[in-house]
This record gives sequence, C-alpha cells and structure tokens, in this order.
Amino acid sequence: MTLVCRSGPPANLVVRGARVFDPRTGLDDPRDLVIREGEIAELAEPGGAPEIEGAESVEGEGLLALPAFVDPHVHLRVPGQEHKEDLETGTRSAAAGGYCAVIGMANTSPPIDSAAVLGSVRERAEREASIPVGFIANVTRGMDGAELTEMAELRDSGAIGYSDDGLPIANARVLRRALQYQRLAGGLIALHEEDPELSSGGVMHEGEVSAALGMAGVPAVSESTMIARDCSLALYEDAPIHVQHLSARASVEEVARAKAAGVRITCEATPHHLTLTDEAVRSLDARFKMNPPLRSEDDRQALIEGLRDGTIDCIATDHAPHAAEEKEVPFEEAAWGVTGLETAFAALYTDLVLPGVLTLERLIERLTCGGEPFGIEAPRIESGAAADVALIDPEQMWTVGEEGYESRSYNNCFAGRELHGRVLMTVAAGQVAYRQRSFALGVAS
Amino acid sequence: MKHLLGVEELSREEMDRILERAESFAEVGRRDIKKVPTLRGRTIVNLFYEASTRTLSSFELAAKRLSADVVSVKSAGSSVDKGESLKDTVATLSAYDPAAIVIRSPYAGAAQLVAGWTEASVINAGDGKHEHPTQALLDVFTLLQRMDSLDGTGIWIVGDVLHSRVARSCLLAFRKMGARVTLCGPPTLIPRGIEALGCEVSYDLDGLSEADVVYALRMQRERMSESFVPSLREYAARYQIDSRRLGPRQLLMHPGPVNRGVELAPEVIDSPQSLITAQVESGLVVRMAILYELLAGSDRSQPERGPAPADTPTIGQPA
Repeated sequence: MTLVCRSGPPANLVVRGARVFDPRTGLDDPRDLVIREGEIAELAEPGGAPEIEGAESVEGEGLLALPAFVDPHVHLRVPGQEHKEDLETGTRSAAAGGYCAVIGMANTSPPIDSAAVLGSVRERAEREASIPVGFIANVTRGMDGAELTEMAELRDSGAIGYSDDGLPIANARVLRRALQYQRLAGGLIALHEEDPELSSGGVMHEGEVSAALGMAGVPAVSESTMIARDCSLALYEDAPIHVQHLSARASVEEVARAKAAGVRITCEATPHHLTLTDEAVRSLDARFKMNPPLRSEDDRQALIEGLRDGTIDCIATDHAPHAAEEKEVPFEEAAWGVTGLETAFAALYTDLVLPGVLTLERLIERLTCGGEPFGIEAPRIESGAAADVALIDPEQMWTVGEEGYESRSYNNCFAGRELHGRVLMTVAAGQVAYRQRSFALGVAS
Repeated sequence: MKHLLGVEELSREEMDRILERAESFAEVGRRDIKKVPTLRGRTIVNLFYEASTRTLSSFELAAKRLSADVVSVKSAGSSVDKGESLKDTVATLSAYDPAAIVIRSPYAGAAQLVAGWTEASVINAGDGKHEHPTQALLDVFTLLQRMDSLDGTGIWIVGDVLHSRVARSCLLAFRKMGARVTLCGPPTLIPRGIEALGCEVSYDLDGLSEADVVYALRMQRERMSESFVPSLREYAARYQIDSRRLGPRQLLMHPGPVNRGVELAPEVIDSPQSLITAQVESGLVVRMAILYELLAGSDRSQPERGPAPADTPTIGQPA
C-alpha cells in the first residue's frame, strides 16, 4: 500500500437527489447515492433509496456529487516545517477542497531521502491524515542533485515516486542515472523543470511586468529548455517521467512534441497558472510569488488549451503553505509558493467552467486523474467502489479566506475573491473526511 | 497626497504641484536664513537599508530646513542587522508617532508595504530596482530650470537600465511631462519588455544627436563578473558619453555617484552642459517640497500649526 491515512468509522449515508456526475462511468443524472460501510452501495433513482438505520440522510437536491479529486503535488511540510502545515491540517485542507487523496513532496527538513524519514512520515500519516496520502521520496540525497538516494529501498518502504521538487535536477548525467535506476526500483520520477542558470536571481516571470517593476525575471525558456532536455533523456532511456507544474506555452509545446514522438511523459498544471497572470504581480503582493511564476496571458491560454486537448494530463495545486512572516515581506524576499487545495475547484469552476472556457466534465476528469501517473486509479462513482465522493454546491458563492482556512497557512492567491462552488462534504476512502461548517446534516432516526 | 510611493501612481497635477512648491523653496534657499518653521514639532524618520550619501543627506537637510525633528536609522548598527523584520522595525519606529517615514530598501515594493503598516506618510527613497520617485522629480525640476517645458523634448537614458530604479522612475516622469524617451544600453542591460512603458530602445549611440538631454546611468563594476558586459573598456568604448559624442546644445545629467572615465568622460562632467551639480541642489528643494506636500499640503488637515512668523514666506498657506 503506497497510500496511508488514519482509520476511522466507515461512512454510512444517503445523499438524496444530487446530480451524480462521473465522466468515467458516463453517469450524469440525479440519483440517491447510498454509501454503506464506506462503500458505494447503490445509485438509486431519486426518491428510490430507502431510509437506512444509522445512516445520515443528506438532502442533495441542487448539489453535485462528484468523484473526489486527487492531487499529485502538495507540500505537507512534515517533517520539520510544522509551523507552515502538518499532516492533519494539510489533509484537512485537501478534504475541504474535495480531495480524497494527495501526494506529498519530499523537500522537507530534513528531506525525505531515506527509508527512515519516509517510514516516520508514513507512520505519522497513519495517525494524523484524514485522507490517504502518498509520499514522494527524493531522487538525490539531501536534494543535492549529485548522488542518488536508495530508490529501491525507498520504493519498498512505500515511496509512491521520486522528486527533488523545489529544485531541478540540473545535472543531466544524474537524471540519466536516475531514469536508468528507475527500471530497477519502479515508481515514477516527477520533475521540477527549471534551468537554474537561466532562472538565477529571478523572482517573477520575465516580461513587461518584470521590466516595469524592476524585478529580475525567470524566463519561460528556463523551463522549456529543461523539459526538452529531459524528454530527450526519457526517450533515450525509454523511461517514464512526470513533469510538474507547467507554466509556459513553450513548455506545453515541448510536451506535445514529446508525446507525439513517443516519450512516456505525463504532466500537470496548477489552478493559479490556469487562472492568473503576471499582471497580478503588479500589486507587489507576495501572495502571487511562486515557482514557476505566474506568466503571460498567452502562456495561460496555452495551458488551458493543453488541458482541453490532453497535452496536460492533470491538475495539481502545488499547495505550498508558508507562515505569515515568510510572506509579509517585500516580494523579492518572500518565500515561494501559494496554498491552493481549498480553492482549486472553485477557482477553476468560476474562471474556466462558468465562462464556458472549459467543460465541467473536462474539469472533473483533470481534477480526479492526478494519481494515475503514479499508479493510483481515479475514483469512480459506481456500485461496489470505495466511496471517494465530493459533494459540492455549484451555486454557492463564498469569499476566499473570509472564514479562515483549514490549512495552517493562509498564503492563498485567491484570498478575497468571491468564487462560485463550495465543497460541502468529502468522503475519502470510505470515511467522511470533511463537512463544511454551516452545512447542517440531518441524521435519520 | 498621503504617500509618495512611485512616479507610476503620481498624476501630472500632483507633479506640477510639487514642482511649483519646489520653486518657492528654491527662493528660500537664496535667503540668508534658509529655515522655515513649517514642520516644527513633527518627526521624520529616515529608514535606510542601503548605503546612500546624497539621498540620505538631502532628505535630512530638507527635513531640517522645514524645522522637523529627524532621526535616521541605517542598516548598520540597528536592529535591522539583528534579524528584525521590516514589519517589526516599522512598528517600533511608528511608536515615535512620526509624520513621515522615508524608506530606502534593496527590495521592490518595500515602501508600499511600509505604507500599509504605519499611520505615517511614506516616501519611497528607492525600492530595489523598482522606483526612485524623488530622484525623478528632482531631475524634472532641474530640467525645468533650463527649459519652459519638457513637451516634445528628446531624452536619452544611457547605460545599465536593467539594474536602475532611476531609469524606471525617470522614464515614467519624463513621459508624464510630455518628453520622448529613448533607453540606450547593451542588450544584456535593457530589460525585455520595457518598451511597454512607452519608450524607444536603442543598442547604440548612433542616434544620440536627436537627444536634447543625455541622461547617463551609473555602470557598476560587479556587472562584469555577471557577463552583462565583457569589460569596462568595451563598455566605455561603446557607451561612454564624451565630448565627441555630446553635442554643444545637449544637456547632460547623471544621478551620481559618477564613475569618471566609465559612463562619462571627465571633460563632459565638468562641462557647462553638465547639470550634475544642479541636480544635487534640486534634490534638496524638491525633497522639501515633497515633505511639505505630504505633511502640510492643502488637502491635509493641520492640527495646531501656529501661524507662520512674519518674516517667513507665505508658501504653505492652504489654497
């Protein structure tokens, strides 16, 4: 088992009359969704589900019941940076965003570069995680980009894959060895693509806005040239790779070329790169500082197109919590990263689905399939399946941050925005992982 | 006006008001007693996170000429070096109830952040490579001492534009005053996308003769090691303003301090076309005008400010 979470009482509930929408099973109709002992027991016609003793009855009319989401890229900050987030707050934040599983990155302190550290975080997850978590281990020891970790042992100890995310693997020889060794160890290498020489000193996208603000830029080519390099290596070694957080048009084009050429590549994009541009940085607000940086409108359009046509496989939040004092400083000094788990669906639904840029169907597909590159099947809403369900009110409007966050940190780039679509309840691995505070539930007697 | 954070946020009207006010302070400067009581009893804090000679001394003197109490906090020897955050430092200094905080920081946006953390008026004395609005205003003032208007004036800003907050603020200010601006320097030192601010870009000095004003920027030695230019020698050969390149009717400016023999040849620094010393003089009166405008200007209420003594000028009476 590569995913771990704490065990609790299995869910018993009936969601009555919600619009059950699962693009994978093809279902898009009002149903009475019966979850018994954590399993989807029945998808009855509305009004068709019986009262079940001991089960909660949820009035679902007007709500969406979706397969819950899977995020292949979050930072849970354990061990070592628990002032930003821990496994309990991080998974609660994920559940509040409708997620039923997340994959945690390994750039912790110390980093997850040994079986001992991996074992300890997995043990903690068994006690603290409210939804299943898969842990990435490092590709190189101490993330130094020089020596490989004991990838085979890490894999045997439960690593879902490998990444030095936060830092690129600058040395092509080291990455090549890792791709070769991956054949023995199994698991997938996830790549933070950035040429550190080209991005050196940069704090935001290089373009008109950085020119106007006098801040050093991170050129789009610092990402796309590394993707091109790594696609060549992956093709040569016939090794699968996963490219993290695409931000630029040139990167989407590199991935599209690689896929056409037969490279075994998957990739992800974040809600913030899909909805915001470097124009936001004119505010000089460090909430808009992340790596890779927010880029131009043209780049954003390319990401949306990539998401539509499948060049981009999945949506990842790159949820990166930071404490207030790490963000309430001048932009150039601020820590990199934004939180995003609690706002991913609402931001994308508001900015892409409602204006008709992206279909709801496509959004659900891309939010649910994030585990597939790592061997985690996307959840399905069908009889007999473990219940991984997000119950969402698509009409409800809410102001981000107004009621605080489930995450320990509040460096959310949508703070203050009024968004449509509120997650009311999340069932993950058959357990109720989240209920929105104001969402009252009637328990059947 | 509450703060002066950047030229970007300034309207033409506000610029004109500051420039007019500076003109009347220039008059005061020609008197025997150069001090006016306008800001008596009020406190001005200079918070400087970067070494500065002329900007800091200019602000100190400007505040003193307006009779304010001044305290200057420099990075060396302050709690800044003990790891205190900008926010905490501002909270500490705000306890003195300053009327204004003048801040210089190596980081873009620092002044804007400070403005959100204090009741005081905030003046940006340079934030990273972003803006240096008081420099731009004093440069405009200096030029207006020599010409009636900048409308249609051709101004070339030559040198390391990439690392220059002066270049950004001057570009914006000159444009707002109606000038045509060309940025000139090696391609490695001209930021990609800068044309969006409404200027021309040139990589050589071939067209320099069209300029009415040549504004040279400081070329820092550390740029050599970062591969921005191969050598000072090659830089000087291509971009140094010397008597051969500077026409007799062209005015020369530089924000200082000058690297003699690098961006400017010695003979042009001391030539009659050079406004470099005039820029320093302007700095004082323009900064007085800015302090006045923010702390005693017409749109701010003035609790218990006594009537000006009879022998002081009437500037500062609410309009």
